[in-house]
Amino acid sequence: MGFEKFGRRSFMAATKVAPFVDFLAEGKIMGSVCRDCGAKAFPPRSDCVACLSPNVDWFEMPNKGTLATFSTLQYAPVGFEADAPYTLGLVEFPDGLKLFARLAEDTNLDDVKVGMDVTVRTKEYDDGQLSFEIVKA
Amino acid sequence: MPSKDVAIIGVGQSSFVRGYEGSIKELAFEAFREAMQDAKITQKDVDASIFCSAPEYDKQRSPAGVMAEYLGLIPQPTFYLENVCSSSSQGVKVAYSMIKAGLHDLVVVCGFQKMSEISSAESQERMGRGADIQWESPFGTMMPGYYALYAQAYMAANGLTLDDLMSVRIKSGTYGQINERAVYRKGVSAADFDPTNEKARMWGPVASPLRVGDCCANADGSSCIILASADRAKALCEKPIWIMGLGAASAAVNMPGRPDFTKGLQGPHLASAEAYKMAGITAADVDVAEVHDCFTIAEIMAYEGLGFAPVGDGKQLIRDKETYKEGRIPVNVDGGLLSKGHPVGATGGSQMRTIVLQLRGEAGPMQVKDPEIGLVHNVGGVGLYSNVTILGR
Repeated sequence: MGFEKFGRRSFMAATKVAPFVDFLAEGKIMGSVCRDCGAKAFPPRSDCVACLSPNVDWFEMPNKGTLATFSTLQYAPVGFEADAPYTLGLVEFPDGLKLFARLAEDTNLDDVKVGMDVTVRTKEYDDGQLSFEIVKA
Repeated sequence: MPSKDVAIIGVGQSSFVRGYEGSIKELAFEAFREAMQDAKITQKDVDASIFCSAPEYDKQRSPAGVMAEYLGLIPQPTFYLENVCSSSSQGVKVAYSMIKAGLHDLVVVCGFQKMSEISSAESQERMGRGADIQWESPFGTMMPGYYALYAQAYMAANGLTLDDLMSVRIKSGTYGQINERAVYRKGVSAADFDPTNEKARMWGPVASPLRVGDCCANADGSSCIILASADRAKALCEKPIWIMGLGAASAAVNMPGRPDFTKGLQGPHLASAEAYKMAGITAADVDVAEVHDCFTIAEIMAYEGLGFAPVGDGKQLIRDKETYKEGRIPVNVDGGLLSKGHPVGATGGSQMRTIVLQLRGEAGPMQVKDPEIGLVHNVGGVGLYSNVTILGR
Protein backbone atom coordinates (compact mmCIF):
# COMPACT_ATOMS: atom_id res chain seq x y z
CA MET A 1 0.00 0.00 0.00
CA GLY A 2 1.01 3.61 -0.25
CA PHE A 3 0.83 4.17 -3.96
CA GLU A 4 -2.63 5.74 -3.67
CA LYS A 5 -0.80 8.99 -2.88
CA PHE A 6 0.88 9.07 -6.29
CA GLY A 7 -0.17 11.49 -9.00
CA ARG A 8 -3.01 13.96 -9.37
CA ARG A 9 -5.29 11.00 -8.81
CA SER A 10 -4.16 7.43 -8.26
CA PHE A 11 -5.97 4.38 -9.57
CA MET A 12 -4.20 1.79 -7.41
CA ALA A 13 -2.58 1.29 -4.04
CA ALA A 14 -0.59 -1.94 -3.94
CA THR A 15 2.74 -2.15 -5.72
CA LYS A 16 6.21 -3.23 -4.64
CA VAL A 17 7.58 0.10 -5.86
CA ALA A 18 5.36 2.12 -3.48
CA PRO A 19 8.48 3.56 -1.74
CA PHE A 20 8.75 5.69 -4.88
CA VAL A 21 6.10 7.89 -3.27
CA ASP A 22 8.11 8.18 -0.03
CA PHE A 23 11.08 9.37 -2.07
CA LEU A 24 8.84 11.98 -3.74
CA ALA A 25 8.01 13.28 -0.26
CA GLU A 26 11.77 13.76 0.24
CA GLY A 27 12.00 15.67 -3.04
CA LYS A 28 13.59 12.80 -4.94
CA ILE A 29 12.51 11.22 -8.24
CA MET A 30 13.85 7.68 -8.27
CA GLY A 31 14.33 5.08 -10.96
CA SER A 32 15.24 1.43 -10.46
CA VAL A 33 18.58 -0.23 -11.17
CA CYS A 34 19.27 -3.96 -11.24
CA ARG A 35 21.86 -5.08 -8.67
CA ASP A 36 22.81 -8.01 -10.87
CA CYS A 37 23.08 -6.62 -14.40
CA GLY A 38 22.95 -2.87 -13.88
CA ALA A 39 19.96 -2.22 -16.17
CA LYS A 40 18.17 1.01 -15.27
CA ALA A 41 14.44 1.66 -15.63
CA PHE A 42 12.02 4.55 -15.39
CA PRO A 43 9.26 4.30 -14.36
CA PRO A 44 10.86 2.10 -11.67
CA ARG A 45 10.10 -1.62 -11.54
CA SER A 46 10.58 -4.35 -8.95
CA ASP A 47 11.71 -6.98 -11.47
CA CYS A 48 14.58 -6.56 -13.91
CA VAL A 49 13.25 -6.98 -17.43
CA ALA A 50 16.76 -7.52 -18.83
CA CYS A 51 17.98 -10.43 -16.63
CA LEU A 52 14.75 -11.26 -14.74
CA SER A 53 16.46 -10.64 -11.39
CA PRO A 54 14.34 -9.62 -8.38
CA ASN A 55 17.36 -7.80 -6.87
CA VAL A 56 16.52 -4.23 -7.73
CA ASP A 57 17.72 -1.03 -6.06
CA TRP A 58 16.80 2.65 -6.32
CA PHE A 59 18.81 5.41 -7.98
CA GLU A 60 18.05 9.10 -8.28
CA MET A 61 17.01 10.16 -11.77
CA PRO A 62 19.00 12.75 -13.69
CA ASN A 63 17.57 16.23 -13.47
CA LYS A 64 18.32 17.87 -16.81
CA GLY A 65 16.97 16.75 -20.15
CA THR A 66 15.21 17.88 -23.30
CA LEU A 67 11.50 17.94 -24.12
CA ALA A 68 10.91 15.22 -26.72
CA THR A 69 7.26 16.17 -27.22
CA PHE A 70 4.23 17.70 -25.50
CA SER A 71 0.50 18.37 -25.87
CA THR A 72 -1.93 20.69 -24.14
CA LEU A 73 -5.23 18.97 -23.35
CA GLN A 74 -8.36 21.08 -23.42
CA TYR A 75 -10.55 18.26 -22.13
CA ALA A 76 -9.86 15.92 -19.24
CA PRO A 77 -11.15 12.58 -18.03
CA VAL A 78 -13.27 12.24 -14.87
CA GLY A 79 -11.38 13.42 -11.80
CA PHE A 80 -9.13 15.79 -13.72
CA GLU A 81 -11.68 18.25 -15.17
CA ALA A 82 -10.82 21.07 -12.76
CA ASP A 83 -7.21 21.02 -13.95
CA ALA A 84 -7.88 21.45 -17.70
CA PRO A 85 -6.25 22.79 -19.70
CA TYR A 86 -2.93 21.16 -18.77
CA THR A 87 0.11 20.09 -20.74
CA LEU A 88 1.61 16.61 -20.87
CA GLY A 89 5.19 16.12 -21.93
CA LEU A 90 7.95 13.58 -22.38
CA VAL A 91 11.49 14.30 -21.24
CA GLU A 92 14.53 12.57 -22.68
CA PHE A 93 17.66 12.43 -20.51
CA PRO A 94 21.20 12.17 -21.88
CA ASP A 95 21.52 8.58 -20.65
CA GLY A 96 18.51 7.56 -22.75
CA LEU A 97 15.97 7.29 -19.93
CA LYS A 98 12.68 9.11 -20.46
CA LEU A 99 10.04 10.55 -18.14
CA PHE A 100 6.36 11.30 -18.76
CA ALA A 101 4.65 14.00 -16.69
CA ARG A 102 2.75 17.26 -16.79
CA LEU A 103 4.52 20.54 -17.39
CA ALA A 104 4.46 22.92 -14.41
CA GLU A 105 1.21 24.87 -14.22
CA ASP A 106 2.90 28.27 -14.55
CA THR A 107 4.69 27.35 -17.79
CA ASN A 108 4.21 29.93 -20.54
CA LEU A 109 3.00 27.75 -23.39
CA ASP A 110 4.22 30.21 -26.02
CA ASP A 111 7.75 29.34 -24.94
CA VAL A 112 7.34 25.57 -25.12
CA LYS A 113 9.11 23.93 -28.04
CA VAL A 114 10.07 20.37 -28.94
CA GLY A 115 13.75 19.92 -28.09
CA MET A 116 13.95 22.65 -25.45
CA ASP A 117 15.99 22.15 -22.27
CA VAL A 118 13.94 21.19 -19.23
CA THR A 119 14.42 20.04 -15.66
CA VAL A 120 12.20 17.82 -13.54
CA ARG A 121 11.16 18.27 -9.92
CA THR A 122 8.79 16.74 -7.39
CA LYS A 123 5.38 18.25 -6.86
CA GLU A 124 2.95 18.18 -3.93
CA TYR A 125 -0.69 19.04 -4.54
CA ASP A 126 -2.86 20.85 -1.98
CA ASP A 127 -4.61 17.60 -1.11
CA GLY A 128 -1.30 15.91 -0.32
CA GLN A 129 -1.00 13.90 -3.54
CA LEU A 130 2.64 13.55 -4.61
CA SER A 131 3.89 13.71 -8.18
CA PHE A 132 6.64 15.13 -10.36
CA GLU A 133 6.58 17.73 -13.10
CA ILE A 134 8.54 19.21 -15.97
CA VAL A 135 9.94 22.74 -15.82
CA LYS A 136 11.43 24.88 -18.59
CA ALA A 137 15.17 25.20 -17.92
CA MET B 1 3.58 -17.96 -54.11
CA PRO B 2 1.51 -17.48 -50.98
CA SER B 3 -0.87 -20.34 -50.34
CA LYS B 4 -4.59 -19.92 -50.73
CA ASP B 5 -5.60 -21.70 -47.54
CA VAL B 6 -8.18 -19.48 -45.88
CA ALA B 7 -10.68 -17.16 -47.56
CA ILE B 8 -13.23 -14.56 -46.60
CA ILE B 9 -16.55 -15.73 -48.01
CA GLY B 10 -18.95 -13.25 -46.44
CA VAL B 11 -18.84 -9.68 -45.12
CA GLY B 12 -21.32 -7.49 -43.33
CA GLN B 13 -21.55 -4.23 -41.47
CA SER B 14 -24.26 -2.25 -39.73
CA SER B 15 -24.67 1.43 -40.39
CA PHE B 16 -22.36 3.31 -38.04
CA VAL B 17 -24.57 5.66 -36.01
CA ARG B 18 -24.70 7.78 -32.90
CA GLY B 19 -26.97 6.36 -30.20
CA TYR B 20 -28.10 3.03 -31.72
CA GLU B 21 -31.67 2.33 -30.63
CA GLY B 22 -31.34 -1.35 -29.87
CA SER B 23 -29.35 -3.84 -27.85
CA ILE B 24 -25.80 -4.98 -28.59
CA LYS B 25 -27.28 -8.31 -29.74
CA GLU B 26 -29.53 -6.56 -32.25
CA LEU B 27 -26.65 -4.37 -33.37
CA ALA B 28 -24.46 -7.43 -33.98
CA PHE B 29 -27.28 -9.17 -35.81
CA GLU B 30 -27.35 -6.43 -38.47
CA ALA B 31 -23.79 -7.20 -39.57
CA PHE B 32 -24.29 -10.95 -39.10
CA ARG B 33 -27.41 -11.03 -41.29
CA GLU B 34 -25.62 -9.21 -44.11
CA ALA B 35 -22.55 -11.45 -43.92
CA MET B 36 -24.61 -14.68 -43.81
CA GLN B 37 -26.73 -13.59 -46.78
CA ASP B 38 -23.56 -12.52 -48.58
CA ALA B 39 -22.01 -15.97 -47.99
CA LYS B 40 -25.35 -17.68 -48.75
CA ILE B 41 -25.00 -20.02 -45.77
CA THR B 42 -27.04 -20.93 -42.71
CA GLN B 43 -26.02 -21.29 -39.08
CA LYS B 44 -25.59 -25.06 -39.59
CA ASP B 45 -22.58 -24.28 -41.82
CA VAL B 46 -20.79 -22.38 -39.04
CA ASP B 47 -18.28 -24.33 -36.95
CA ALA B 48 -17.31 -21.64 -34.41
CA SER B 49 -17.70 -17.95 -33.64
CA ILE B 50 -15.52 -15.21 -32.17
CA PHE B 51 -16.95 -11.99 -30.74
CA CYS B 52 -14.79 -8.89 -30.49
CA SER B 53 -15.23 -5.60 -28.64
CA ALA B 54 -13.62 -3.35 -26.09
CA PRO B 55 -15.26 -4.59 -22.89
CA GLU B 56 -15.13 -1.30 -21.01
CA TYR B 57 -18.09 -0.10 -23.09
CA ASP B 58 -20.18 -3.20 -22.41
CA LYS B 59 -22.60 -3.69 -19.57
CA GLN B 60 -22.95 -7.36 -20.54
CA ARG B 61 -20.41 -9.65 -18.92
CA SER B 62 -18.87 -12.20 -21.27
CA PRO B 63 -20.76 -11.07 -24.41
CA ALA B 64 -19.89 -14.12 -26.58
CA GLY B 65 -22.52 -16.34 -24.98
CA VAL B 66 -25.50 -14.03 -25.40
CA MET B 67 -24.33 -13.11 -28.90
CA ALA B 68 -23.97 -16.74 -30.02
CA GLU B 69 -27.43 -17.48 -28.63
CA TYR B 70 -29.06 -14.51 -30.37
CA LEU B 71 -27.31 -15.22 -33.68
CA GLY B 72 -28.25 -18.89 -33.54
CA LEU B 73 -24.69 -20.12 -33.30
CA ILE B 74 -25.08 -22.53 -30.39
CA PRO B 75 -24.03 -25.21 -29.53
CA GLN B 76 -20.93 -24.51 -31.62
CA PRO B 77 -17.90 -23.20 -29.68
CA THR B 78 -17.67 -19.45 -29.16
CA PHE B 79 -15.38 -17.07 -27.29
CA TYR B 80 -14.63 -13.42 -26.75
CA LEU B 81 -11.52 -11.59 -27.92
CA GLU B 82 -10.29 -8.14 -26.92
CA ASN B 83 -7.53 -6.06 -28.48
CA VAL B 84 -9.25 -2.65 -28.08
CA CYS B 85 -9.52 -0.86 -31.43
CA SER B 86 -7.97 -3.77 -33.32
CA SER B 87 -10.10 -6.50 -31.72
CA SER B 88 -11.82 -7.70 -34.89
CA SER B 89 -8.59 -7.79 -36.96
CA GLN B 90 -7.11 -9.93 -34.24
CA GLY B 91 -10.31 -11.99 -34.35
CA VAL B 92 -9.77 -12.63 -38.06
CA LYS B 93 -6.17 -13.63 -37.35
CA VAL B 94 -7.27 -16.12 -34.69
CA ALA B 95 -10.00 -17.51 -36.99
CA TYR B 96 -7.40 -17.91 -39.75
CA SER B 97 -5.18 -19.81 -37.31
CA MET B 98 -7.99 -22.14 -36.21
CA ILE B 99 -8.92 -22.94 -39.81
CA LYS B 100 -5.31 -23.37 -40.90
CA ALA B 101 -4.73 -25.70 -37.94
CA GLY B 102 -7.64 -27.83 -39.09
CA LEU B 103 -9.72 -27.29 -35.95
CA HIS B 104 -12.61 -25.72 -37.85
CA ASP B 105 -13.61 -25.17 -41.48
CA LEU B 106 -15.87 -22.14 -41.18
CA VAL B 107 -15.67 -19.41 -38.54
CA VAL B 108 -17.72 -16.24 -37.95
CA VAL B 109 -15.88 -13.20 -36.56
CA CYS B 110 -18.27 -10.56 -35.28
CA GLY B 111 -17.03 -7.19 -34.00
CA PHE B 112 -19.38 -4.83 -32.21
CA GLN B 113 -19.40 -1.74 -30.06
CA LYS B 114 -22.23 0.24 -28.62
CA MET B 115 -20.28 3.16 -27.25
CA SER B 116 -23.52 4.82 -26.19
CA GLU B 117 -24.30 1.82 -23.93
CA ILE B 118 -22.74 3.74 -21.07
CA SER B 119 -23.21 7.41 -20.14
CA SER B 120 -20.88 10.12 -21.33
CA ALA B 121 -19.52 10.47 -17.79
CA GLU B 122 -18.88 6.73 -17.53
CA SER B 123 -17.17 6.85 -20.91
CA GLN B 124 -14.95 9.73 -19.78
CA GLU B 125 -14.03 7.79 -16.66
CA ARG B 126 -12.99 4.77 -18.75
CA MET B 127 -11.06 6.97 -21.16
CA GLY B 128 -8.91 8.07 -18.25
CA ARG B 129 -7.93 4.46 -17.59
CA GLY B 130 -6.87 3.77 -21.16
CA ALA B 131 -3.21 4.22 -20.28
CA ASP B 132 -1.07 2.38 -17.72
CA ILE B 133 -3.12 3.16 -14.60
CA GLN B 134 0.01 3.00 -12.45
CA TRP B 135 2.25 5.51 -14.18
CA GLU B 136 0.37 7.55 -16.77
CA SER B 137 -3.37 7.72 -16.02
CA PRO B 138 -2.56 9.61 -12.77
CA PHE B 139 -1.53 12.60 -14.92
CA GLY B 140 -4.96 12.78 -16.61
CA THR B 141 -4.27 11.21 -19.99
CA MET B 142 -6.65 10.82 -22.92
CA MET B 143 -6.33 9.13 -26.31
CA PRO B 144 -6.24 12.40 -28.33
CA GLY B 145 -3.43 13.64 -26.08
CA TYR B 146 -1.30 10.61 -26.86
CA TYR B 147 -1.68 10.86 -30.64
CA ALA B 148 -1.02 14.58 -30.18
CA LEU B 149 2.37 13.77 -28.60
CA TYR B 150 3.26 11.98 -31.83
CA ALA B 151 1.84 14.80 -33.97
CA GLN B 152 3.79 17.48 -32.09
CA ALA B 153 7.18 15.79 -32.39
CA TYR B 154 6.57 14.50 -35.91
CA MET B 155 5.44 17.88 -37.26
CA ALA B 156 8.41 19.69 -35.72
CA ALA B 157 10.84 17.26 -37.35
CA ASN B 158 9.29 16.57 -40.73
CA GLY B 159 7.64 19.76 -41.95
CA LEU B 160 4.14 18.30 -41.75
CA THR B 161 1.66 21.17 -41.33
CA LEU B 162 -1.80 21.62 -39.84
CA ASP B 163 -3.00 22.16 -43.41
CA ASP B 164 -1.67 18.72 -44.33
CA LEU B 165 -3.66 17.21 -41.46
CA MET B 166 -6.70 19.15 -42.65
CA SER B 167 -6.17 17.66 -46.12
CA VAL B 168 -6.46 14.16 -44.65
CA ARG B 169 -9.79 15.16 -43.06
CA ILE B 170 -11.04 16.68 -46.31
CA LYS B 171 -10.20 13.44 -48.14
CA SER B 172 -12.12 11.36 -45.60
CA GLY B 173 -15.09 13.70 -45.97
CA THR B 174 -15.00 13.21 -49.73
CA TYR B 175 -15.75 9.52 -49.26
CA GLY B 176 -17.77 9.69 -46.05
CA GLN B 177 -20.46 11.56 -47.93
CA ILE B 178 -20.84 8.75 -50.48
CA ASN B 179 -20.71 5.92 -47.92
CA GLU B 180 -24.26 5.28 -46.79
CA ARG B 181 -22.99 3.36 -43.74
CA ALA B 182 -20.89 6.30 -42.45
CA VAL B 183 -21.83 8.25 -39.32
CA TYR B 184 -20.51 11.55 -40.72
CA ARG B 185 -22.07 12.03 -44.15
CA LYS B 186 -21.05 15.64 -44.80
CA GLY B 187 -18.20 16.78 -46.95
CA VAL B 188 -15.39 18.70 -45.26
CA SER B 189 -13.73 21.84 -46.62
CA ALA B 190 -11.00 24.22 -45.52
CA ALA B 191 -13.75 26.63 -44.41
CA ASP B 192 -14.69 24.16 -41.67
CA PHE B 193 -11.21 24.65 -40.17
CA ASP B 194 -11.37 28.46 -40.35
CA PRO B 195 -11.34 29.80 -36.75
CA THR B 196 -13.84 32.51 -37.73
CA ASN B 197 -16.32 29.78 -38.67
CA GLU B 198 -18.58 29.41 -35.63
CA LYS B 199 -20.73 26.70 -37.22
CA ALA B 200 -18.29 23.96 -38.15
CA ARG B 201 -15.76 24.36 -35.32
CA MET B 202 -13.42 21.74 -36.75
CA TRP B 203 -10.67 24.16 -35.73
CA GLY B 204 -11.54 23.86 -32.04
CA PRO B 205 -8.52 22.76 -29.99
CA VAL B 206 -8.67 19.29 -28.40
CA ALA B 207 -5.07 18.33 -27.61
CA SER B 208 -2.47 20.53 -29.29
CA PRO B 209 -1.78 20.39 -32.17
CA LEU B 210 -4.89 18.26 -32.84
CA ARG B 211 -8.24 19.95 -33.41
CA VAL B 212 -11.84 18.69 -33.39
CA GLY B 213 -11.56 17.95 -37.10
CA ASP B 214 -8.44 15.85 -36.57
CA CYS B 215 -10.33 13.36 -34.38
CA CYS B 216 -12.49 10.45 -35.53
CA ALA B 217 -16.18 10.16 -34.76
CA ASN B 218 -17.31 7.80 -32.01
CA ALA B 219 -20.10 5.56 -33.21
CA ASP B 220 -22.17 2.48 -32.48
CA GLY B 221 -21.72 -0.26 -35.02
CA SER B 222 -21.01 -3.88 -35.85
CA SER B 223 -19.09 -5.85 -38.46
CA CYS B 224 -19.02 -9.49 -39.45
CA ILE B 225 -16.42 -11.45 -41.40
CA ILE B 226 -16.95 -15.11 -42.34
CA LEU B 227 -13.83 -17.19 -43.02
CA ALA B 228 -13.60 -20.64 -44.54
CA SER B 229 -11.02 -23.25 -45.47
CA ALA B 230 -10.04 -23.49 -49.15
CA ASP B 231 -12.28 -26.49 -49.80
CA ARG B 232 -15.30 -24.91 -48.14
CA ALA B 233 -14.64 -21.54 -49.76
CA LYS B 234 -14.44 -23.03 -53.25
CA ALA B 235 -17.62 -25.02 -52.67
CA LEU B 236 -19.62 -22.12 -51.27
CA CYS B 237 -18.31 -18.97 -52.86
CA GLU B 238 -17.89 -17.58 -56.39
CA LYS B 239 -15.53 -14.78 -55.38
CA PRO B 240 -13.49 -15.92 -52.39
CA ILE B 241 -11.06 -13.29 -51.14
CA TRP B 242 -7.93 -14.95 -49.83
CA ILE B 243 -5.98 -14.01 -46.73
CA MET B 244 -2.49 -13.68 -48.17
CA GLY B 245 -0.61 -12.11 -45.32
CA LEU B 246 -0.96 -11.41 -41.59
CA GLY B 247 1.35 -9.39 -39.38
CA ALA B 248 1.09 -8.01 -35.87
CA ALA B 249 3.22 -6.26 -33.28
CA SER B 250 2.94 -4.75 -29.81
CA ALA B 251 4.51 -1.67 -28.25
CA ALA B 252 5.15 -0.18 -24.80
CA VAL B 253 2.05 1.32 -23.17
CA ASN B 254 4.17 3.81 -21.25
CA MET B 255 5.55 6.60 -23.41
CA PRO B 256 9.09 6.36 -21.95
CA GLY B 257 9.27 2.93 -23.58
CA ARG B 258 8.67 4.32 -27.06
CA PRO B 259 11.45 5.07 -29.52
CA ASP B 260 11.84 8.32 -31.47
CA PHE B 261 8.50 10.15 -31.63
CA THR B 262 9.57 12.04 -34.76
CA LYS B 263 9.42 8.78 -36.71
CA GLY B 264 5.86 7.86 -35.79
CA LEU B 265 4.52 4.55 -34.52
CA GLN B 266 6.91 1.62 -34.89
CA GLY B 267 4.44 -1.28 -34.66
CA PRO B 268 3.03 -0.93 -38.19
CA HIS B 269 6.55 -1.14 -39.67
CA LEU B 270 7.00 -4.53 -37.97
CA ALA B 271 3.49 -5.78 -38.66
CA SER B 272 3.55 -4.80 -42.34
CA ALA B 273 7.00 -6.32 -42.92
CA GLU B 274 5.70 -9.62 -41.52
CA ALA B 275 2.51 -9.46 -43.60
CA TYR B 276 4.32 -8.52 -46.82
CA LYS B 277 6.77 -11.37 -46.33
CA MET B 278 4.01 -13.89 -45.77
CA ALA B 279 2.12 -12.63 -48.83
CA GLY B 280 5.28 -12.52 -50.95
CA ILE B 281 4.63 -8.92 -52.00
CA THR B 282 5.94 -5.41 -51.32
CA ALA B 283 4.16 -2.17 -50.49
CA ALA B 284 4.22 -1.27 -54.19
CA ASP B 285 1.94 -4.23 -54.96
CA VAL B 286 -0.93 -2.94 -52.81
CA ASP B 287 -3.78 -1.54 -54.92
CA VAL B 288 -6.10 -0.26 -52.19
CA ALA B 289 -5.72 0.17 -48.43
CA GLU B 290 -7.73 0.81 -45.30
CA VAL B 291 -5.68 2.43 -42.55
CA HIS B 292 -6.49 3.23 -38.94
CA ASP B 293 -7.07 6.99 -39.12
CA CYS B 294 -8.40 7.48 -35.60
CA PHE B 295 -6.70 10.87 -35.90
CA THR B 296 -5.46 12.64 -39.03
CA ILE B 297 -1.84 12.25 -37.89
CA ALA B 298 -2.42 8.50 -37.67
CA GLU B 299 -3.12 8.28 -41.40
CA ILE B 300 0.13 10.10 -42.25
CA MET B 301 2.07 7.78 -39.92
CA ALA B 302 0.30 4.79 -41.49
CA TYR B 303 1.50 5.76 -44.98
CA GLU B 304 5.03 5.42 -43.65
CA GLY B 305 4.48 2.42 -41.40
CA LEU B 306 3.15 0.51 -44.41
CA GLY B 307 5.95 1.63 -46.73
CA PHE B 308 3.73 3.68 -49.04
CA ALA B 309 6.03 6.65 -48.33
CA PRO B 310 9.50 7.01 -46.79
CA VAL B 311 9.58 7.89 -43.07
CA GLY B 312 9.05 11.64 -42.71
CA ASP B 313 7.63 12.05 -46.19
CA GLY B 314 4.04 10.86 -45.79
CA LYS B 315 2.81 14.41 -46.31
CA GLN B 316 3.71 14.22 -49.99
CA LEU B 317 1.11 11.51 -50.63
CA ILE B 318 -1.74 13.67 -49.35
CA ARG B 319 -0.37 16.84 -50.97
CA ASP B 320 -0.26 15.06 -54.34
CA LYS B 321 -3.66 13.44 -53.72
CA GLU B 322 -2.05 10.03 -54.32
CA THR B 323 -4.27 8.46 -51.65
CA TYR B 324 -7.49 9.55 -53.33
CA LYS B 325 -9.49 6.98 -55.32
CA GLU B 326 -7.73 7.87 -58.57
CA GLY B 327 -4.26 8.10 -57.00
CA ARG B 328 -1.29 5.76 -56.85
CA ILE B 329 -2.41 4.09 -53.61
CA PRO B 330 -6.04 4.82 -52.64
CA VAL B 331 -6.45 4.92 -48.84
CA ASN B 332 -9.68 4.95 -46.84
CA VAL B 333 -11.95 5.58 -49.79
CA ASP B 334 -14.88 4.63 -47.54
CA GLY B 335 -14.37 7.67 -45.31
CA GLY B 336 -12.09 5.93 -42.82
CA LEU B 337 -12.53 6.16 -39.08
CA LEU B 338 -12.63 9.95 -39.38
CA SER B 339 -15.91 10.02 -41.33
CA LYS B 340 -17.25 6.46 -41.34
CA GLY B 341 -16.87 6.37 -37.56
CA HIS B 342 -14.99 4.22 -35.08
CA PRO B 343 -17.09 1.73 -33.10
CA VAL B 344 -13.96 0.28 -31.50
CA GLY B 345 -14.57 -3.49 -31.66
CA ALA B 346 -16.25 -3.33 -35.08
CA THR B 347 -13.65 -1.24 -36.86
CA GLY B 348 -11.21 -3.89 -38.11
CA GLY B 349 -14.02 -6.00 -39.56
CA SER B 350 -15.51 -2.95 -41.24
CA GLN B 351 -12.13 -2.18 -42.82
CA MET B 352 -11.91 -5.79 -44.08
CA ARG B 353 -15.43 -5.58 -45.50
CA THR B 354 -14.44 -2.46 -47.45
CA ILE B 355 -11.39 -4.19 -48.92
CA VAL B 356 -13.31 -7.38 -49.75
CA LEU B 357 -15.96 -5.34 -51.61
CA GLN B 358 -13.18 -3.48 -53.44
CA LEU B 359 -11.46 -6.70 -54.52
CA ARG B 360 -14.78 -8.15 -55.70
CA GLY B 361 -15.56 -4.97 -57.64
CA GLU B 362 -18.66 -4.37 -55.52
CA ALA B 363 -17.75 -1.09 -53.81
CA GLY B 364 -20.18 1.03 -55.81
CA PRO B 365 -19.33 4.74 -55.96
CA MET B 366 -16.23 4.09 -53.83
CA GLN B 367 -14.85 1.46 -56.24
CA VAL B 368 -11.16 1.72 -57.10
CA LYS B 369 -10.24 0.59 -60.62
CA ASP B 370 -9.68 -3.18 -60.72
CA PRO B 371 -7.68 -3.78 -57.50
CA GLU B 372 -6.08 -7.21 -57.03
CA ILE B 373 -4.40 -6.80 -53.66
CA GLY B 374 -5.80 -4.89 -50.69
CA LEU B 375 -4.44 -4.13 -47.22
CA VAL B 376 -5.98 -3.47 -43.81
CA HIS B 377 -4.01 -1.57 -41.13
CA ASN B 378 -5.84 -1.70 -37.80
CA VAL B 379 -4.26 -0.32 -34.64
CA GLY B 380 -5.33 -0.73 -31.03
CA GLY B 381 -4.49 2.02 -28.53
CA VAL B 382 -1.68 4.41 -29.37
CA GLY B 383 0.09 1.89 -31.59
CA LEU B 384 -0.14 -0.57 -28.71
CA TYR B 385 -1.43 -3.38 -30.94
CA SER B 386 -0.66 -3.14 -34.66
CA ASN B 387 -2.33 -5.48 -37.12
CA VAL B 388 -1.79 -5.66 -40.88
CA THR B 389 -3.83 -8.01 -43.06
CA ILE B 390 -3.29 -8.49 -46.79
CA LEU B 391 -6.14 -9.75 -48.92
CA GLY B 392 -6.12 -10.89 -52.55
CA ARG B 393 -8.40 -12.31 -55.21
